[in-house]
Amino acid sequence: MSEGNGKVTVTCTVNGLEERLEVYPMARLLDVLRTELRLTGTKEGCGEGECGACSVLLNGEMVNSCLIPVLQVEGAEIKTIEGVASAEQLHAVQEAFITCGGAQCGICTPGMVIAALNLLERKRAPDEQEIREALAGNLCRCTGYTKIFEAVVKACQSKDEGE
Amino acid sequence: MSKQLVGKPLPRKEGRDKVTGQARYVDDLKFPEMLYGATVRSHVPRGRIRRITFEEGVPWDEFTIVTAKDVPGANYVALILNDQPFLADEYVNHREEPVLLLAHADKYLVEKARALVHVEIEELPAIFSIEDSIARRELIWGEDNVFKSFLVDKGNVDDVWAQADFIVEGEYRTGAQEQLYIECNGVVSIASPGDGVTVWGSMQCPYYVHKALIKLFDLPEEKIRVIQTETGGGFGGKEEYPSMIAGHAALLAWKSGRPVKIVYDRAEDMAATTKRHPSRTRHRTAVSKDGRLLGMEIDFVVDGGAYATLSAVVLSRGTIHAAGPYHCPNVRIRSRAVATNVPPHGAFRGFGAPQSIFALERHMDKVAATVGLSPEEFRRRNFIREGQTTATGQVIREPVDMEGLLARAFELTDYAAKRERFAAENAQSRVKKGIGFASFMHGAGFTGSGEKYLQSVVGAEATPEGRVRILAASTEIGQGTNTIFSQIAAEALGVDYDLIEVAKPDTGNVPNSGPTVASRTCMIVGKLVESAVLGLKQTLVGAGLLGEAYDSAEFSRACQRYLEKYGALRSSSQYEQPAGINWDDEKYRGDAYGAYAWAVYVAEVSVDMLTYEARVDDFVAVQEVGRVIHPVLAAGQIEGGVAQAIGYALYEQVVWQDGRMQNNQMTNYIMPTAADVPPIRVFFEEVPYAHGPAGAKGIGELPMDGPAPAILNAIEHATAVSFRQIPLLPEAIIEGLGV
Repeated sequence: MSEGNGKVTVTCTVNGLEERLEVYPMARLLDVLRTELRLTGTKEGCGEGECGACSVLLNGEMVNSCLIPVLQVEGAEIKTIEGVASAEQLHAVQEAFITCGGAQCGICTPGMVIAALNLLERKRAPDEQEIREALAGNLCRCTGYTKIFEAVVKACQSKDEGE
Repeated sequence: MSKQLVGKPLPRKEGRDKVTGQARYVDDLKFPEMLYGATVRSHVPRGRIRRITFEEGVPWDEFTIVTAKDVPGANYVALILNDQPFLADEYVNHREEPVLLLAHADKYLVEKARALVHVEIEELPAIFSIEDSIARRELIWGEDNVFKSFLVDKGNVDDVWAQADFIVEGEYRTGAQEQLYIECNGVVSIASPGDGVTVWGSMQCPYYVHKALIKLFDLPEEKIRVIQTETGGGFGGKEEYPSMIAGHAALLAWKSGRPVKIVYDRAEDMAATTKRHPSRTRHRTAVSKDGRLLGMEIDFVVDGGAYATLSAVVLSRGTIHAAGPYHCPNVRIRSRAVATNVPPHGAFRGFGAPQSIFALERHMDKVAATVGLSPEEFRRRNFIREGQTTATGQVIREPVDMEGLLARAFELTDYAAKRERFAAENAQSRVKKGIGFASFMHGAGFTGSGEKYLQSVVGAEATPEGRVRILAASTEIGQGTNTIFSQIAAEALGVDYDLIEVAKPDTGNVPNSGPTVASRTCMIVGKLVESAVLGLKQTLVGAGLLGEAYDSAEFSRACQRYLEKYGALRSSSQYEQPAGINWDDEKYRGDAYGAYAWAVYVAEVSVDMLTYEARVDDFVAVQEVGRVIHPVLAAGQIEGGVAQAIGYALYEQVVWQDGRMQNNQMTNYIMPTAADVPPIRVFFEEVPYAHGPAGAKGIGELPMDGPAPAILNAIEHATAVSFRQIPLLPEAIIEGLGV
């Protein structure tokens, strides 16, 4: 799979679409998403796995895409913030972030939404402590987190109402 | 016709773009042929540049290289004193000072090249502390290392010491704090001698950047265009620094003829850009035995770093807030901003007030204890009331009810009962509990004559779709500018919220509504939005296109008809100072601010005597900020500010070594996470302010002022030790307890 210029071919599925990428093997998944695929919703906040702004779902597990060498995603399924809403319909978590004021400057929001989704896929009705722990890897400097907790709780409620 | 949109939690204007990842931040922009820029910086705190060499290892002929010699205009960042160069020429005055710029199409190669540039510097002795600067151990700036000093003098403080029953002294210190917006500083620029300079960037103040680039390139103002991209947090950290990085990208673009992007990584952003000024405050207070303040003498010093930047104005706000919301007949405040060889400290939410209020509110607890009164009873006896004067002699003409705020905050926290219960239980428990509070105020808008000099302008125009567009340079940086401007405009016109849009700040398209700082966007600029849109309505009514009563659709049609008939419909409004605001710049006396927000914050803490960690268990913030325009955004401002201030008090320590931040990573500079913040409970009293839009005052900085002293007051209650310095990390608690 080597191209001779040091690049390799990596095949993976991103937001439901199969992608064939010609990339340096140690390129960060974050950079590949942002520059090769122009999926710029995934943000870089620290580049060392502390802030969670670059969170994506990799085979259903939440990862910091700044810490993942792209070689590691061969054959994987990736979901980014761009794959969360379906067509015109926002996800309940996204709606709740708007209603509750969970997004201020918005730079942590894509990662925060991914973290909230990840939690809600594992836990139908998390309590406050579970929400706090699930979001503790995603830093927000604007909200003091209060409105984000409210958004997660609201998203659970609307999910229940929808079912 | 009235929609009563003010006070409603309407959806954030740009909310959908933010939750879907569609919002475009500067690093999301890409231009054809774009180069990536990097900055080569000084590795010594003070010295003289001898030589710059380029080690082999990269194809140097492919690089654009810029030094001070390439500056087309003036090599200083135009701000107040114009002492800071864009690129050091002969001397460097702090670590990380920019010396040389590089650009190349390959981002990775630029990083490699940066390490291959060697700046040889003959080192000169440097100073790093307030004490060394005051003692002039080295003279590093001007004639005395002092950027600015103020004297506020009320009554005659010299006469009070003899009649005082108690004289209480104390010294208090605060550390540097990193703004830590999650989006680092960044810009993209396209520039050429023919077309001028355009910059897109993450920023709070497009017209500050505009002013700086006019001087840097010596170009007429219409040749410079500055466009704000979606901005991932500012907190003051994107007030003045964007001028520097914008200048750098523009210089590289100018020389290369290609678009240039510079986006700092976290380590560079933390090491090289501004932080909150460290401070030292000394109090000497005369008080009577019945607990009346007789005299206050305050010496307030902030460390400005190597260049003046905004230190003079930070010092001004800190000075004016240093005596707090109390009535005292005799007050003298001397203050100085001094130079050290560290990167310049700059704007950060609160802007000097969190420093001086920390000192004051710790000291007030000490004075109360000396007199033998509870902290609350002592404050009750001294709270400022309507008709009394502040330290600058400003007569408080608005209704102020600090006692009411205090009573409500105490009721909400069950303060009195907890104060007793914790004291009783602490003797037997490993985890000591405490409860404490701080009472304070924050002035909205620029200090003194600032707003009068700014002469801010807001425009409004009708669009061909029959909508109303607000034209202002005030930026949306998360706080909700777009949303509250739309609410204010829709309420004033009596039309739907959705009929209003807010233009992206672009100096080519919007008037200068002033910088997005100083809790002025809602109160000052919001008022201009209100009058600008009313101007549109007046024109429509005058043209006979709009009657007395109308709905949104009729207003919209009237706009369209006007455009068909006359081509354009625009209106603008310029700031006029309300009557009765007088300020003397020379004597530093008079009406320092048009209005103040007032607050009492209560913190409940626990200190673990095994780990010596302090944490905040509950936090109640009660404030009066005039009319609340948007309850969710307003509460969000308070919650975010409180969380940031909890970090300031307990977690966020900048570790300095030879004038450089050593822990310039999120791994070792610790800000509060979702697991660290307590429930933050926010309550508003609403007393409409006559000169604010729909009665609103400023809000953004207020929550930064109170939490740190409230938390340390609570820690004193828990541990019986009076800590006088922040950040208060476990190591400092161990030391204070004498373990």
